[in-house]
Amino acid sequence: MKSTKQGKAIAQIGKRLEQWVRASKPLGQGSGPPGFLVAAGSITAVAIALPLIYLLIRAAGAGFEEVWTLLSRPRTLEVLVHSAGLAAVVTLVSALICLPLAFLTERTDLPGRRFWAVATTLPLAVPSYVGSFALIAAFGPRGSWLQLLLEPLGVDSLPSIYGWFGAILALTLFTYPYLLIALRSGLQGIDPAIEEASRTLGNNAWSTFWQVTLPQLRPSLVAGGLLVALYSLRDFGTPSLMRFDSFTRVIFIQYRSSFNRNSAAVLSLVLVALLLVILAMEYRVRTGAAYYSTSSSGSRTPTRIPLGGWKWPAIAFCTIITTLGLVLPLAVTLFWLWRGLNAGKIPPDVLTTSFNSILASGLSAIIATLFALPVAILSVRFPGRITTVIERLTYIGFGLPGIVVALSLVFIGANYLPALYQTLPMLVFAYLVLFLPQSVGTIRSSLLQVNPQLEESARTLGRTPWQTLGEITLPLVSPGVLGGAVLVFLTAIKELPATMLLAPIGFKTLATQIWQATEDVQFTDAAAASLTLLLVSAGSTLVLLGRKSR
Amino acid sequence: MNYRKKLAIAAIAILLSLGGIRVVTAQGKTLIIYSGRNENLIAPVIDKARQELGLDIEVRYGDTAELAIALLEEGRNSRADLFFAQDAGALGAMAQARRTMPIPQPLLNQVDARFRSRNGQWMGISGRARVLDYNTRLVQRNQLPKNVWELTDPKWRGKIGWAPTNGSFQSFITAMRSTAGDDRTLEWLRAMKDNGTVVYPNNSTILEALGRGEVHLGLTNNYYLSRFTSENPNFPVAHHYMAGDIGSMINVAGVAIMDTTDQKGDAEKFIEYLLKPESQEYFAQQTSEYPLISGVEPPAKQIPISQINPPNIDLSNLADLAGTMSLLEQAGVL
Repeated sequence: MKSTKQGKAIAQIGKRLEQWVRASKPLGQGSGPPGFLVAAGSITAVAIALPLIYLLIRAAGAGFEEVWTLLSRPRTLEVLVHSAGLAAVVTLVSALICLPLAFLTERTDLPGRRFWAVATTLPLAVPSYVGSFALIAAFGPRGSWLQLLLEPLGVDSLPSIYGWFGAILALTLFTYPYLLIALRSGLQGIDPAIEEASRTLGNNAWSTFWQVTLPQLRPSLVAGGLLVALYSLRDFGTPSLMRFDSFTRVIFIQYRSSFNRNSAAVLSLVLVALLLVILAMEYRVRTGAAYYSTSSSGSRTPTRIPLGGWKWPAIAFCTIITTLGLVLPLAVTLFWLWRGLNAGKIPPDVLTTSFNSILASGLSAIIATLFALPVAILSVRFPGRITTVIERLTYIGFGLPGIVVALSLVFIGANYLPALYQTLPMLVFAYLVLFLPQSVGTIRSSLLQVNPQLEESARTLGRTPWQTLGEITLPLVSPGVLGGAVLVFLTAIKELPATMLLAPIGFKTLATQIWQATEDVQFTDAAAASLTLLLVSAGSTLVLLGRKSR
Repeated sequence: MNYRKKLAIAAIAILLSLGGIRVVTAQGKTLIIYSGRNENLIAPVIDKARQELGLDIEVRYGDTAELAIALLEEGRNSRADLFFAQDAGALGAMAQARRTMPIPQPLLNQVDARFRSRNGQWMGISGRARVLDYNTRLVQRNQLPKNVWELTDPKWRGKIGWAPTNGSFQSFITAMRSTAGDDRTLEWLRAMKDNGTVVYPNNSTILEALGRGEVHLGLTNNYYLSRFTSENPNFPVAHHYMAGDIGSMINVAGVAIMDTTDQKGDAEKFIEYLLKPESQEYFAQQTSEYPLISGVEPPAKQIPISQINPPNIDLSNLADLAGTMSLLEQAGVL
């Protein structure tokens, strides 16, 4: 009896808190967005949507009959359903992993919090093709590490890792950090006063989480989940290694086996249609409501919840995730390196490729942030049809396989921008087209937590929009800005097709080095480059987390 | 903010200047090669060509099919002078799109007519044989099949790996169609699928699976195995040549001169260099491929092309390729 009464009371407090949090409406709707923001946002959106124009041109080149044959095949629909299902399951499983991880590392006294925060983010630095390779080497049905270990017990072969299970496992392990990073910046942006108020009012940690923290995390959850879903949809390496019949594979067959650009474009447009459905769903699910308090107390440190006896299960959970997503790929890579060195192989030069990787990805991270800001500000501060379209358009490139975007920029670059084609600016632009939404999404979530009244006051006090941006908005959304920049960096450094086709001639990166080595079965070289990639990415993640910890 | 602004401006300035430098160097008298062949394998040959021919050569490395599509997309504005492809299908696609120009007859004549385009639009530089690889711990030599038709036997159920999206596999099917006919080929494909043949994305993943014992036999190319054994001497996989059978046909890696080239003479010089005995010996010894000019020894431990006796087919006939794709789709293999 008593407990249900208490539950009701808690629920009521939760609701009231939510109302309080939602109290103020975004301002500025009447005045309209400043011109420079609209200009910047529109240019960005149009540039990012270029692949779409290319796809339409190419699809128009396919005859009606060809289009009909492609679309009416039962296989097209079947594979589309496979891919959509994969994206949905991977997103769901990622959420189940990330909510506890984010909460444990940000809000509790988990031993080694900083360490776990870094370690659980790092799987993002593992290219999914390297990670899937490692999973197969470790858990493949025969001849894998696990099977050889169990062989003395009479285990002749393990259940197959291939198909749905392997694809879900690998994609989840190497993409969940998108969601984790989003959730953590979300948690950091929540005014601790709200959670404290909830606890002061008698809520325990558990119900505070469900009723106060989780609703506020909704924008981050949805933004991060969208990135996971779209990545699962566009990835090619994992489905092909895990022998999962995905839609990207069907597109690749058109390119690689038939050299048929038109059919590939038609199929890519089908993927765009699915993408639009997902974007529309996300748009409906995410609330327009902003979650911020009326003060600017974001810099206060939240109190940490003591875990007590839950400490051990929590550590076990973090250990399992880190082992599968980070230690395992690392171990397999080190094993290859060790075996190769033992066989007398000389490790390759990774200095030039590392420098190139850092240069191209670093520039992309900086420039993506600059272009993502206006888009994010427009969509949060001036919600409307046009700003929504601008923001949604930036996701097109991210939902398409890298090769499709790369080829569209080959077409546009070679024929309309010959001076820039296959130069570093072109490569950086390709990375923007592919990865800008990562930055837009994270900045957007951060911005939703900033009270627009602060900006409004600055304007009232005579600050120009530029000053307001620099002095008020940017400092407050810095967790999102940094998180977004690191995401762009970590993904750009792994990108393969765009790098191979659009980089200046002779410009080799770690990703192309890994590819060349695996194609040529040079495990030592592949391992050395993968390891360097992991170290560079780990370094950048540390910079992020180091700056954030206060 | 000021700091951020300065950083952005600096970054953009660096970008533009780097871009400018690129544009300047990429023009002029540089021979630009798009290479679908692996850098590790081909860079030594290109380095020597640079020195001996005194040419300024720049190479864009990538996947053969992706580079082929990129060349098509670049169209008239392509900077590429030469396309060095891993399989004849991609070269045929270039010729079909009228993006190639004929190679001079004296160069073409150095290579057997089977290994070049009928109208001289491309030519093979090195040959690679299809082969059946097997796991030596799981299969005894005397159990091995004599031809690919025996692979549909129930005793190999679920024990064979293949890579239907791979270019050389598709050439093999095209060859099978030209010798056995479409009906029999389709029947074979269906029987293989029903026999639980396992699909892998490419040849090296087949080799890895063979090494782990995930499959017992694998339909692959001859030059992969040596790379596995060089890093792992205990790698338990060996070649099995089905002599006289379509399962041991010869594919080529080759070159085409692009129609957009402004370095036709240098492109021809480079091809001539690739056909020199010393270059052909390099392919035989370093990449385990077959030399295509006469008088050069084939790779060690491999039976010569003359004994394999491959069928005479047009390796790059795209009409044939479309027919192959359609058969693969009908059989539900793709």
